[in-house]
Amino acid sequence: MPAERIVLDIGVAIRRRLAGFLVVLRDNGFRLGVAESRDALAILAGEGLGRAGMARGALRALLCGRRTDWERFDQLFDAYWLGRGVRQRSRPAASQAGAAGPMGGGSAGPLAGLALQAGRDGGSPAEEGGAAGQSEGASRHERLASTDFRKIADPQAQAEAHAIAGRLARAMRARLTRRDRAARRGRAIDLRRTLRASLPTGGMPFDLVRARRRYTPLRLVVLLDASGSMNLYTATFVRFVHGILDNFLEAEAFLFHTRLVHVSEALREKDAGRALDRLGLMAEGVGGGTRIGESLATFNRWHAARVIHSRTCVMILSDGYDTGPPERLGAEMAALRRRCRRIVWLNPMIGWEGYEPSARGMAAALPHIDLFAPAHTLESLAELEPYLARI
Amino acid sequence: MTAAFPRTEIADRLAAVGYVADPGLATALALMDMLKRPLLLEGEAGVGKTEVAKALAAVHRTELIRLQCYEGLDRNEALYEWNYQGQLLAIKIREGGDARQIEEHVFSERYLLERPLLAAIRRPTPPVLLIDEIDRADQEFEAFLLEILSDFQVSIPELGTVRAVSIPRVVLTSNGTRELSDALRRRCLYHAIDYPDVDREARILLARIPGIDAALALQVARLVERIRKEDLSKVPGIAETLDWAAALVGLGVSRLDADREAVFDTLSCVLKTREDRARITREVSDRLIGRVA
Repeated sequence: MPAERIVLDIGVAIRRRLAGFLVVLRDNGFRLGVAESRDALAILAGEGLGRAGMARGALRALLCGRRTDWERFDQLFDAYWLGRGVRQRSRPAASQAGAAGPMGGGSAGPLAGLALQAGRDGGSPAEEGGAAGQSEGASRHERLASTDFRKIADPQAQAEAHAIAGRLARAMRARLTRRDRAARRGRAIDLRRTLRASLPTGGMPFDLVRARRRYTPLRLVVLLDASGSMNLYTATFVRFVHGILDNFLEAEAFLFHTRLVHVSEALREKDAGRALDRLGLMAEGVGGGTRIGESLATFNRWHAARVIHSRTCVMILSDGYDTGPPERLGAEMAALRRRCRRIVWLNPMIGWEGYEPSARGMAAALPHIDLFAPAHTLESLAELEPYLARI
Repeated sequence: MTAAFPRTEIADRLAAVGYVADPGLATALALMDMLKRPLLLEGEAGVGKTEVAKALAAVHRTELIRLQCYEGLDRNEALYEWNYQGQLLAIKIREGGDARQIEEHVFSERYLLERPLLAAIRRPTPPVLLIDEIDRADQEFEAFLLEILSDFQVSIPELGTVRAVSIPRVVLTSNGTRELSDALRRRCLYHAIDYPDVDREARILLARIPGIDAALALQVARLVERIRKEDLSKVPGIAETLDWAAALVGLGVSRLDADREAVFDTLSCVLKTREDRARITREVSDRLIGRVA
């Protein structure tokens, strides 16, 4: 009898701790449902208490859905289950402290930032979340102060940038619709449907049914330079990119300075203010030097295969001031060029009188660019419309 | 309630059929059986994703049914198709007969062509179903697959609903060509496979190449690891390593540093593009061999 009660107590404690862990994972972008919670519990029940090392692998296989999850899982797992002050004894009180401790603490490093970014919109249902939320507040404030995009440009111009992106998207969409209709005539006979249609005529295929051609909508991938030299333009460009994600059927956005950050998720937020907030949180370190070549290498290595298909236009918004070796940039641009349909480079410096693309990085990139255009004013962005419509 | 799953046992059984699994993968495979979920394997080409399914089939002594995905793959090609020629012929032969009977005859088991998915759920013993390179298929197909994988039943309008006789073990692989839907990812267990470390690759060589010397296997694994770190456009996978080791064994090479000539000449087993071949010059090759010897 007593033994049974102990098992029961342990069950409750595990359940609480597990719920807290799932909240942490969800806050970090893991997509988890009820079925995962149930299966995770089954795993822990099977593994027993205090064998975190054993359970880790099983939980990782269950709870991760993609490589980014996979790469962060161990860190999150350690922070939560093996973090400061949390030892094998998992009383509910201890579990709360454990959840908040590693997440809020400085030692968590990038983890804190990630939790922070996701914590804003998701809200934290479980009790652990409340404690974690409080410790987030302070650090969020610090980050915002250093990277607030909204402070720089006036709202009028930003709204305009958004509207221009919308116009570009519409120009391309019109093109898509036309393609779709033209394809409806079909290239090949659909044998299966033709024969089905022939049943009333005793197997005589009078009406030929044709297969509709599949089409791939044009996708726009934006790489936005958010380095110090671009400071004046960043705010407007971010709004522009937000508009693109808002209006295009398919679009992805990345931001780079000294490293590359995938920001599509943050910018999908409908409310512009909130989107910019989230972006600010993700773009830690904005304003530093630019390593365009390296950022492109990261893009080519880890993201290109996923976000680029045969009908993809890559749009780079940058002044081309690269602190890395120009050969690197040239090579990465060449690799990128092989993958996508078009590369458009928008450079705010072109609009300046007497500007020559003499920056060594820019010169190295130039041979691989399909369209090199100014982007210093809103009009110059709007002028892209006819070009994009033709792709 | 569930007993601890026999992870080490699975690893041992995989090793017995020549697949050297890392502990994470063994865990995931054990979980597959415990939770009855499909397993999604992601990783670059050549890390041995497809091999996992083959090894799993060997371990369970069951059939491997493979569905290779490609752009434009639709449910007919994956699930079932009617034998139209046969049907037309039957209709012609019975012309003038009772239309209803003809229809029943024509849409019977006899003219049904099983494709991999239907085959997988109609086997009496659960097979291993490998859905290879799911990222190449279109999104519509993925959605359809989701339906099959959750219910393990399909409805064929002319025949009615076909329920699974046995639930297959499902392995999906992806190279990351396209982002997969969250719904599919959530349904699956997940394991990311990377290139093996030196030790594991050496053990793979020992398991798969008959007559290979342990010292040579280790040298080859170390050299391949070095080569993977070079700036190549096509990084060699495990299959390439196996080919190469087999070639070296075939040529009677026992130590890489003793036979640099043969190593350089057989580099084409691992370097598959002209650029890469040009990048690893004789000097580079010698330098690399020097490091691993």
